[in-house]
Amino acid sequence: MLLDWGYVAIFALVGAGMVALPLLIIWLISPRSDYPQKFETYESGVPTIGQAWSQFHVRYYLFSLVFVVFDVEIIYLYPWAVVARSLGAFAFWEMLVFLAILVLGLAYAWRRGALEWT
Amino acid sequence: MGWISDVLRAIVGTIIIFSAVAFIAVMFGVLLERKISAWMQSRLGPKHVGPQGLLQTLADTIKLLQKENIVPARADKVIFASAVIVVPLAALLDYVVIPFGTTRSGPLIFRDLNIGVLYFAATSSLVVVGILMAGWGSNNKYALLGGMRSAAQMVTYEIPMGLALVTVALVAGSLSTVTIVNGQARLWYIVTQPVAFLVFLVAATAEVNRVPFDLVEAESELVAGYFSEYSGMRFALFQLGEYGEMFAMAAMAVTLFLGGWRGPVLPPVVWFVVKLYALIFVFMWVRWTYPRFRIDQMLNFSWKILIPVSVLNLVVTAFFAVVAHR
Amino acid sequence: MTGEAIAFYILAAVTLGSAVVVVTSGNIVHSAAALVPGFLGVTGLYILLNAEFVAGIQVLIYAGAITVLILFAIMLTEGGTGLGGRQRNEQALVGATVAAAMAVLLIIVATRTGWTAGGGTLPPYTPGAIGQSFLRQNILVFEGTSIVLLVSLMGAIMTARRED
Repeated sequence: MLLDWGYVAIFALVGAGMVALPLLIIWLISPRSDYPQKFETYESGVPTIGQAWSQFHVRYYLFSLVFVVFDVEIIYLYPWAVVARSLGAFAFWEMLVFLAILVLGLAYAWRRGALEWT
Repeated sequence: MGWISDVLRAIVGTIIIFSAVAFIAVMFGVLLERKISAWMQSRLGPKHVGPQGLLQTLADTIKLLQKENIVPARADKVIFASAVIVVPLAALLDYVVIPFGTTRSGPLIFRDLNIGVLYFAATSSLVVVGILMAGWGSNNKYALLGGMRSAAQMVTYEIPMGLALVTVALVAGSLSTVTIVNGQARLWYIVTQPVAFLVFLVAATAEVNRVPFDLVEAESELVAGYFSEYSGMRFALFQLGEYGEMFAMAAMAVTLFLGGWRGPVLPPVVWFVVKLYALIFVFMWVRWTYPRFRIDQMLNFSWKILIPVSVLNLVVTAFFAVVAHR
Repeated sequence: MTGEAIAFYILAAVTLGSAVVVVTSGNIVHSAAALVPGFLGVTGLYILLNAEFVAGIQVLIYAGAITVLILFAIMLTEGGTGLGGRQRNEQALVGATVAAAMAVLLIIVATRTGWTAGGGTLPPYTPGAIGQSFLRQNILVFEGTSIVLLVSLMGAIMTARRED
């Protein structure tokens, strides 16, 4: 089993190398003609005003927050899914309780407007 | 020193998979997209480069390779550069657990991990980090907005995708992709799990930012979204990531729902490729048929419709698989 | 030097290196981005411990979800503007002395303790075994976890939306 992951590590390293290869090629062969206007930030020809890095809306944070909670719920579902058929009805009712509590959380987030875009 | 030959085999396998993805999936896929969209719009696609335009994407890639290397002056150089590596690499890592067919000694898969399906979900979620870094590193308002919205979208649709994966794992009783394909020896899971199949396809379309979920790279609204500032080969690498991810999602859908490589007469690899391209055709058909969602419609669709539907599907499936059989 | 030992040292170096970048970088977004190699290093360490399910979860949750959460949270604040903050102040020397003393103390304690090397093989941390465990022996803990998740969700939503 450990050998499996060694292969995955090799895949990741060789893959990273192959993805970096085109970048190396362009660094070697691309033409250069530098003048300052070329390196300006793109905004359809209009000069940019201020930095792009400004404070953003809290709704992005709320979405990722609810996502983290539901992702943790899903990782509990994976081992349950593997053994559910062999364990029988009791496992099903236990998981139903778990899912019900988290659906309650989704309903709470829905009512409190954490899932709204505005 | 048997491990040297193992390492060499792994390296060769990686290069083969990477090249296959880059050429068959991405290059051919981009050309296929242009030809199919042309056919659906009653026009001809690329026709001149090579027979019937087959070498068009190759020509485009060579062109992009010798374009100038422009990094915007105000971009964050470290993050700008590393995002280009993260996105295609995460998309390529998906292919480790996809079984392409069988050989005489076993399934044709890079590595049949015990947690195959979970590994696939994990590498798909790495793409989100890369996109966020790309959007932020560009220091460009369009890119940053596109990157953040794209991250919010991909993150939202990972949950229904995960729930669909869990449902199939429940029916098959394992997280290993080879076991799941072997479990479809008599009946494909699309017949017993149509809801999960549809949920997975919709979530996959949203995960790769394709129409109708491509508002984050809509040309008319956000220029090119998170990769506005990436030109030349960097742009090509992002396209590699996006199309590679789309093919990986389609391949996973074939593995989970359409019986993988199983089929009567033809060799297994041929069946896999046929089913894969059938799903790719569906993806492209959807792209050129539907308008795009607004962002609040798209997020509402996931949270308020897809997640309750897939949870309900999971509960009903579990009920029939576990309780009703006793 | 077995392959596992080499892998361990490489992973430890990656994890510690990225941790150093996280702590010392002046740009907070660089710090957050440097968390990702750290999480991946810890993933490798879990795999060395035969816990591949936990490793998969680590990538899915930490590198996938928590990193996005942290980046969004940073972008909510002024820190997302990418301006470098001062990483050291007038108390740097005192702080370094205390940290060095703590490090020496910990190393002395760690090397003087008689760690008993447990024999035998690691327990199987396969998804099936984990599922069996928390659906039979540890069922109360499992249901309690769902309550904890619910409470944390509610608390975070209440905190984040208090401005309304």
